[in-house]
Amino acid sequence: MLAKRIIPCLDVKDGMTVKGTNFVNLRQAGDPVELGRTYSEQGADELVFLDITASHEGRKTFTDMVQRVAATLSIPFTVGGGINELKDVDRLLSAGADKVSINSAALRRPELIDEIANHFGSQVCVVAIDARMDEQGWTCYMNGGRIPTERSLFDWAKEANERGAGEILFTSMNHDGVKTGFANDALAQLSTSLTIPVIASGGAGAMEHFRDAFTLGHADAALAASVFHFGEIGIPQLKDYLRKEGIAVRL
Amino acid sequence: MFSFTKNIFFITLHPFTRVCVPTHAHFCAHNAIIIVKGNKMKVAIVKYNAGNIYSVIHALARLGVEPILTDDPALLASADKVLFPGQGEASNAMKYLREHKLDEMIRNLKQPLLGICIGQQLLCSHSEEGDVDCLGIFDTKVCKFMPERQEDKVPHMGWNTLRDTRSLLFKDFANEEYAYFVHSYYVPLCKETAAVTDYIQPFSSAMHRDNFYATQFHPEKSGSVGERILKNFLEI
Repeated sequence: MLAKRIIPCLDVKDGMTVKGTNFVNLRQAGDPVELGRTYSEQGADELVFLDITASHEGRKTFTDMVQRVAATLSIPFTVGGGINELKDVDRLLSAGADKVSINSAALRRPELIDEIANHFGSQVCVVAIDARMDEQGWTCYMNGGRIPTERSLFDWAKEANERGAGEILFTSMNHDGVKTGFANDALAQLSTSLTIPVIASGGAGAMEHFRDAFTLGHADAALAASVFHFGEIGIPQLKDYLRKEGIAVRL
Repeated sequence: MFSFTKNIFFITLHPFTRVCVPTHAHFCAHNAIIIVKGNKMKVAIVKYNAGNIYSVIHALARLGVEPILTDDPALLASADKVLFPGQGEASNAMKYLREHKLDEMIRNLKQPLLGICIGQQLLCSHSEEGDVDCLGIFDTKVCKFMPERQEDKVPHMGWNTLRDTRSLLFKDFANEEYAYFVHSYYVPLCKETAAVTDYIQPFSSAMHRDNFYATQFHPEKSGSVGERILKNFLEI
């Protein structure tokens, strides 16, 4: 049976992992390669490394890190941050990444999704969507949640699916960093309207939140950062809990 | 022999071509380099137009093996083990293999060969992907996954279990171990099936005939389970 995936996410700045709460107040949390190896040994199913460095030098440091991760880990990993064109994708896949995650660049120029899918295959193309719910409904944001767009979450996710995305990584900005659970209603709507896997992100604070993302949100995978980085939830303990709750996980 | 450059070193194995591996590749101390008849094992990876062979090179490096990447028929024929990995599209891959006369060469190999992912599919007789005739080592067709329920997402992506394993690849295996899959086409159950996985319907997650072995999943991305499968293959 296909297992639900648990995915720790590592934000990387200047070669070190950090994690923000509601996208600000970064706290340092270690060497990404060592942290990635530890998660892999603990049973993480995949990893996501997000480059939050803006500078050119930072990007090179990140590519070097991707090479080290690829040499060290024997589980799949996705990289994102600062991917604007096909040659960025080529650089990161050549460094050994399995998938790339694109966000703002796809909102600015949706054809990038088609290009990645056609050149490298849908399976490498994760479209990350940061969205916030207000009276208008769910709106997509760009630039790390700083700039609102005209697009609604559900329309954009469907378009990304049709253009050839391999997965949707949905982060609820309302839930991110608050630790009160994932946006399960929106997740369920995404999961039932898309033909590709949906990764839940934003809001994990307790083990039940993961269960609910899978059972109520019908997510295929759940991503979290700080609960893992600061040892609030251990991956073996989480998987054991999920298995007892009747959810298929890789032990 | 190793020659170092800034970020990359080249493994030079005369008369093999050079393969570049990042300097940070871990050569695990607990995995001794595999010796064949007093010589270091020669492992070749078939070079063709299918992507992402880096992870296979890294996985072999972690087992202490320095593979070579080549499309030279003589080098492939002289290797102790041949890997045929890759991601890509079947009809383009077959076109490349034919143009470079690698199709006949692969069919004629006598040493153990391991096809991975699209490698397994290309070893079959025909693929619905691009409606193309393939290498015909396994006498079966490759079909596209057709979702039956809302939760049937295509590609089949993630960790799924292997059951009814029957090949040397799975020596000392427990039933229901997890491996990592990413694919939209599958091989139905057939006489060459060497492991079964259930997704939409049961399909061949591994195959075996004579010296030809194959996995639909990615052993190089399947953690310690995948590492054991690669090690078992190298020990055949």
